[in-house]
Amino acid sequence: MIRKLNPGNLARWAVTLPPSLFLVVFFLLPALIVVAASLREPGEFGGLAPLFVGGAFTHALTLDSYRFFFGDTIYLEIFVKSFFIALLTTLICIALAYPLAWLIARSPKRRRDLLVLLVILPFASNLLIRVYAWILLLGPLNLLYTPVAVVAGMVYVHLPFMVLPLYTNLEKHDPALLEAAQDLGAGTWTRFWRVTFPLSLPGIFSGSALVFIPVLGMFAIPELLGGTGDLMIGNLIKEQFLDNRDWPFGATLSLLLTVAVLLCAGLAVLAAKKSFKGTEAVT
Amino acid sequence: MKVERPPPPTPRPEGGGDGGSPPIGGSMQLARPALSPGGEAVRGRPGSGARPWIWAASLGVYAFLYLPLAVVVLFSFNDSVLNAEWVGFTTRWYDRLLHDEDMLRAAANSLLIALVSSSTATVLGAMAGIAMHRYRPRLLPFLALTPVAMPEILLGVSLLLFFRQVLDLTLGLTSILIAHVTFSIGFVAVIVRSRLAGMDESIFEAARDLGATPWATFRRITLPLILPALAAGFLMAFTLSIDDFVITFFVAGVGVVTLPLQIYSMIKVTVTPEVNAVSTLLMLLTLSVVVAAARFAPDALKARE
Amino acid sequence: MALLEIRNVTRRFGDFKAVDDVSFSIEAGEFFTLLGPSGCGKTTILRMIAGFDDPDAGVMLLDGRPLTGIPPERRPVHTVFQSYALFPHMTVAGNIAFPLEMAGKSRDEIARRVAETLALVHLEDKGGSYPHELSGGQKQRVALARGLVNRPRLLLLDEPLGALDAKLRVEMQSELIALQREVGITFVFVTHSQQEALALSHRIAVMNRGRIEQLDEPDKLYGLPANRFVADFIGKINLIEVEVAAASKVLLTLTAAGLGEIAAADARPLQPGERGCFALRPELIRVYGRKESADLKNRFDGRVKELLYLGDVTHYKVALANGFLIEALMPNAAPGRAKFHEVGDAVTVCWRHDAGIFLRD
Repeated sequence: MIRKLNPGNLARWAVTLPPSLFLVVFFLLPALIVVAASLREPGEFGGLAPLFVGGAFTHALTLDSYRFFFGDTIYLEIFVKSFFIALLTTLICIALAYPLAWLIARSPKRRRDLLVLLVILPFASNLLIRVYAWILLLGPLNLLYTPVAVVAGMVYVHLPFMVLPLYTNLEKHDPALLEAAQDLGAGTWTRFWRVTFPLSLPGIFSGSALVFIPVLGMFAIPELLGGTGDLMIGNLIKEQFLDNRDWPFGATLSLLLTVAVLLCAGLAVLAAKKSFKGTEAVT
Repeated sequence: MKVERPPPPTPRPEGGGDGGSPPIGGSMQLARPALSPGGEAVRGRPGSGARPWIWAASLGVYAFLYLPLAVVVLFSFNDSVLNAEWVGFTTRWYDRLLHDEDMLRAAANSLLIALVSSSTATVLGAMAGIAMHRYRPRLLPFLALTPVAMPEILLGVSLLLFFRQVLDLTLGLTSILIAHVTFSIGFVAVIVRSRLAGMDESIFEAARDLGATPWATFRRITLPLILPALAAGFLMAFTLSIDDFVITFFVAGVGVVTLPLQIYSMIKVTVTPEVNAVSTLLMLLTLSVVVAAARFAPDALKARE
Repeated sequence: MALLEIRNVTRRFGDFKAVDDVSFSIEAGEFFTLLGPSGCGKTTILRMIAGFDDPDAGVMLLDGRPLTGIPPERRPVHTVFQSYALFPHMTVAGNIAFPLEMAGKSRDEIARRVAETLALVHLEDKGGSYPHELSGGQKQRVALARGLVNRPRLLLLDEPLGALDAKLRVEMQSELIALQREVGITFVFVTHSQQEALALSHRIAVMNRGRIEQLDEPDKLYGLPANRFVADFIGKINLIEVEVAAASKVLLTLTAAGLGEIAAADARPLQPGERGCFALRPELIRVYGRKESADLKNRFDGRVKELLYLGDVTHYKVALANGFLIEALMPNAAPGRAKFHEVGDAVTVCWRHDAGIFLRD
């Protein structure tokens, strides 16, 4: 089957090529560079040490940065702490988002769009503004520069990401299921826990992924709202690139963060798929 | 030879969203409390839909979302250097803002970058959206959508390395522009793609069948139909660009300051209500842009899934 | 010379042969139908004629010239899509004008032809409306008008009546016939409804699994199906498994297990022992009480298992001696009918010796 170069095919390449090319150069390539950079040695004045000096192959590739990372437990501690903060944020977001998502899902169409818009609007403001607002609020309460402040800020910034997927999922629930459960003798809490909640799991997993993963990589919130003991992975990375100028180590940290993110994303997809199997009746 | 009798009509309960149709006769009459527990669907009672505590909790969450921002706005009019307590009404912080050269330059930079990057992202993103919908390429969705989903810091770091080590590019306007386009393409692509998905596919074939070349099909059929999505995409990309902090932070270098970067340094160094003022103005701007975008493509926002 | 010639066209999707070495030709001015169950390849052929797909083997000639390599926009062939595919952002007039604009016609000519075609489909006052304001039947007619306005060599129709309700379908069928006669353009119609095909077409190609089973005029397809598939697909038919007992130039004698001998008319040189089925249309069978009888060669006793009284006709299902449930259709206005049969009645079914045909396996 020879598909000739007719106008149809030409159109296909004309549309696919430019964005693909752009993204390969400015997204894929840089990602690969990070991997390469993590294997290099730091330069004298920052950046990366050159591979060749005067024709000779000096500063070979090295695993120093990795050894550095695993050598000192403090870095692992920071990783673990970041995970913990991300997890806590996600759970709080689920708790706060659920009633709101429920309300939106059960509202008539007109009001639903308005309610959704109201959830999104704060998100449209700048990250820094939202963080700044919490600086104002927490300062007088003496809660500034504490882990509480960090979590509060994280929740505040990422809440809309949990509300949207959750309400989209809840919207699709067939009300007859709850009526059937009630008819069969289930009380309020049972109905929620045995019918609604399991069916909403795909939405919960989507939302969790949209919260957990960005939280892992944040640095502005810990820096502005947290104390010196509240540093997260993001802060470490920022330090390497802009303060310490140890780029290979920064690249290593980024790579490890990427791996962590990919793992979480993969888990979320698996979990969503599994929970989705039982919920096909919903959609 | 079979002549089938039509099946007897079965009563179908209406979902919560359609509001207002009474239960079809024949459904069981159970003794139900006035507001059903578990959030039972709206049946003949438009407007009610949930228990009081759900309303209360939701209102609480909305308050949680808006109160901090309200405080920022409020104190931008506070006649005191400290953001501690309310002293009196004044607009002097706004006045100060308008004479702050650094701030004005940062604002100008942000606007310029936003306009250029969102225009570029709209064009490339529209192409990507059309391509993803029509040709289902394997690589493109991954390339376009991952920058949206991953932590911004990773994107910032990788671009920093790329610009400095590979291209030996001095960080500045160009690097910021490229970075903004990179993460905006995905947004526009998703919006355009979902708009296309909602349309009858065969009209594009019909156009070619009736004599239109692929270019004429694009000009006369595709473009007019995705225009709302393009507008919404442009506005979203604009907002993202104006508001971006993390990625810009890494690729801006020393020469160029954008509004968020300026705000950042202000927060770290001196906290005056000037920050409140610029925040309020910025919020107003992005607010109107998002509302406009919602007008053009209401399901663009849902397309985030 | 035929207007459209399809020669040995094959189209494969992986291992699956959607179109398997198909050949046929269409004459100018014909209403030609491709009929078959879903998956038989009829839509694939239509898309290849339109240019949205290319055959893997074989050649297609329009007015004697091959179609390969010509993109859809340059073929003088237009399609009426199943979903109508009207451009939602253009008015009815705008939709109809579109192919004329693509062909580069002048403003005046476009206006004239659009008005003409709107009148042709009885939508004169709908020119300024938008597609979403129209009913299903009206959208249908706009799609037709749009496909015809440019006077294509062929108009392809892909199950256009599928989305309409029963009453509208029948109305549109009459309109389609009239329209085609009036404009004289060759129609290639695709459908899975045999009733529609029979009503509309000059000739029908019955397709199954990528091949043409029979290409013939409607009455020949109905009365003289070539094989079991066509017999079963078109209309209702009884198929009794038989074996050839004896064959003379005039009379064919078949034996059916448990039933006995069936007499049929067949001039083919058949051999005793050949197997096949005996195909008999229900309306050619008479159902009489045991006491009455007609002087017909084929007579078999049975009991009425089911009956469906439909006012003008009655459908009977009669269980014969070997258990076969034969279906018969009797008009309720036959003279001399004293009473209808009831379920459980002992009856005799009979038919003329030339009523059915023998289909070899």
